[in-house]
Amino acid sequence: MIEHIPKIIFEGILWGGLYALLAMGFSLQYGVARVLNLAHGEFIMFAAFSSLSLYVLFGINPLLSLIIVALGFGIIGFLLHSTLFRKLLKSSPSPGAFESSSLLAAFGLLFMIQAGAKLIWPGLPWRVTFLAYPIRILGVQVLANQVVALSFAIAIALAFYFFLARTRMGKAIRAAAEDRATARFMGINTDRVLALCFGLGAALAGFAGVLYSMCYSASTNMGMGQTLIAMIVVVLGGLGSIPGAFIGGMIMGIISQIINWTEPVLAMPAFYVIFIILLLVRPTGIMGKS
Amino acid sequence: MNIATFASKRFLVPAVLVLILVLLATAPLYANPGTIPVMTTILMYIILAVSWTMFSGPTGYISLASAAFFGVGVYASALLFEQGAQLLPLPAVILIGGLAGFCFALVVGLATLRLRGIYFTMFSFGLLELARQLLLYYEFTVTATRGRYVATIDVDSAYYLLLTMVVATLLTAYFIMRSRYGLALQGIGKGEEAAAHMGVNTTMVKVLTFAISAFFMGATGAIVATRWLYIDPTIAFNLNYSFLPLLMAIVGGVGQLYGPVIGAFGFAYLRHTLLSVTPYHFMLIFGGIMVVVVLFLPGGLASLIERGRRRLGGVIPKLGKGDQVEQHADT
Repeated sequence: MIEHIPKIIFEGILWGGLYALLAMGFSLQYGVARVLNLAHGEFIMFAAFSSLSLYVLFGINPLLSLIIVALGFGIIGFLLHSTLFRKLLKSSPSPGAFESSSLLAAFGLLFMIQAGAKLIWPGLPWRVTFLAYPIRILGVQVLANQVVALSFAIAIALAFYFFLARTRMGKAIRAAAEDRATARFMGINTDRVLALCFGLGAALAGFAGVLYSMCYSASTNMGMGQTLIAMIVVVLGGLGSIPGAFIGGMIMGIISQIINWTEPVLAMPAFYVIFIILLLVRPTGIMGKS
Repeated sequence: MNIATFASKRFLVPAVLVLILVLLATAPLYANPGTIPVMTTILMYIILAVSWTMFSGPTGYISLASAAFFGVGVYASALLFEQGAQLLPLPAVILIGGLAGFCFALVVGLATLRLRGIYFTMFSFGLLELARQLLLYYEFTVTATRGRYVATIDVDSAYYLLLTMVVATLLTAYFIMRSRYGLALQGIGKGEEAAAHMGVNTTMVKVLTFAISAFFMGATGAIVATRWLYIDPTIAFNLNYSFLPLLMAIVGGVGQLYGPVIGAFGFAYLRHTLLSVTPYHFMLIFGGIMVVVVLFLPGGLASLIERGRRRLGGVIPKLGKGDQVEQHADT
């Protein structure tokens, strides 16, 4: 056990980085656009398969398809919000009604994306070997693709955080999250901001999916599990909080690896026990405001 | 007695319902043998969709835990009606399955229904997954098996049991809807704070309705398990038993009692016909219809029917409306 500790920590941080990415997207979509996107995991799955297809069919390097896929997903997310969810928002009598109707619409998307993926990529789970040679870092033997994926995950998460914290657009997004009506009075085009947030969430799902497919095998059934993990991480960190999603992701990554090395069968039950206790004890999460 | 009184809503609706019930009850006598198993599945989805609507329709709390209560019922059958070792007669097993769902929902409800909206939805989702994972873990480590064998009953008996359960579910849903209790539920959906201030014991109303709806899910699980022969945690706690009834109810329309029924009937039938051809095309179409309905028809198919009936403005609605108008004038 002791000799495995560096390995556990490394893998934990790697998973943590991926969890953080997917949870940040999920959190942004709910925190600003108020859409609890149950299809988020399906976006990740679709991104993973898109990247694999690009690699197999056209030989495009996954690091390049990182940009292609994330950009494509961002545009799709933006369009999805400015057509589907904007119309729902306009026709909903109250914010609560919008939350339930957008949840139901996300349900429909979930079914459509999953079925679509199963029609396009039937058969067994997929994986490609990309940078799959071992290297040693600080005395730990790890795979090169994992190091690359981890560095990209952390870089993207940080870049995203600074975008929200430091830029003008980020400020508009935070204002819209805080109080949409007032933000509009201040001259912010909230329709565009909300669509942008949904698009950014989808782009983050795209990043997470491509990075995932670099290290692990992807299956068309993986979406639901990813959505659940995003939910758990987001509730742990505080729904709507971006730093919370990052910290929550790291915590969940390390916990999952510790359990994986000791009692792998208990990994998923342990997640849900944490989730359920959290919801009962502190539904606002570690970084959330009550 | 002229034709107008005879055609009034008071006689027409019960008469049609009794006719449908008689047709359904006698179906095994004349229908071709392939139809009854399909009908059994359809009836199962009708119960699940109606009982989901019982709680989630008026209150707006979207529960994804249906499959958990259903699975508890399935396991009641697996434990008490095991192949070669039937501990109890089937009606008792069904009752226990229902009660197990009821108690489970009662405990869960007391713990969680103070969570509002979106948190409740996420919790119910987590609960279902937790139940499945824990059971899988238990079966692997303690009993060292994965699944269990359930004693089977013939398809006609299962059909009649489910038909009885459909009638019971619909009657319960009807009486809840028409009672003070149903008004309280709607009040919670419209504005929970306001309902609480009006003197509604919101926690009690929510938890009890949640548990009653879980009773029917559990009992249905117990019946259906007898047709499956083999069950394991992944079969019993399948996410689809949460997702499909929800989609069926929403597409059918949760505002009317018959909404979830037509939704469940239509989709279960469509599913059966399309599944044999292509399972994934079905999901694709299903998801597409869901998005379209949420977007353009928030009240579901039932609201379309209601609108049509109002526009027809014939004898039937006028007579029904006339009575109400007079009553209003008196007060």
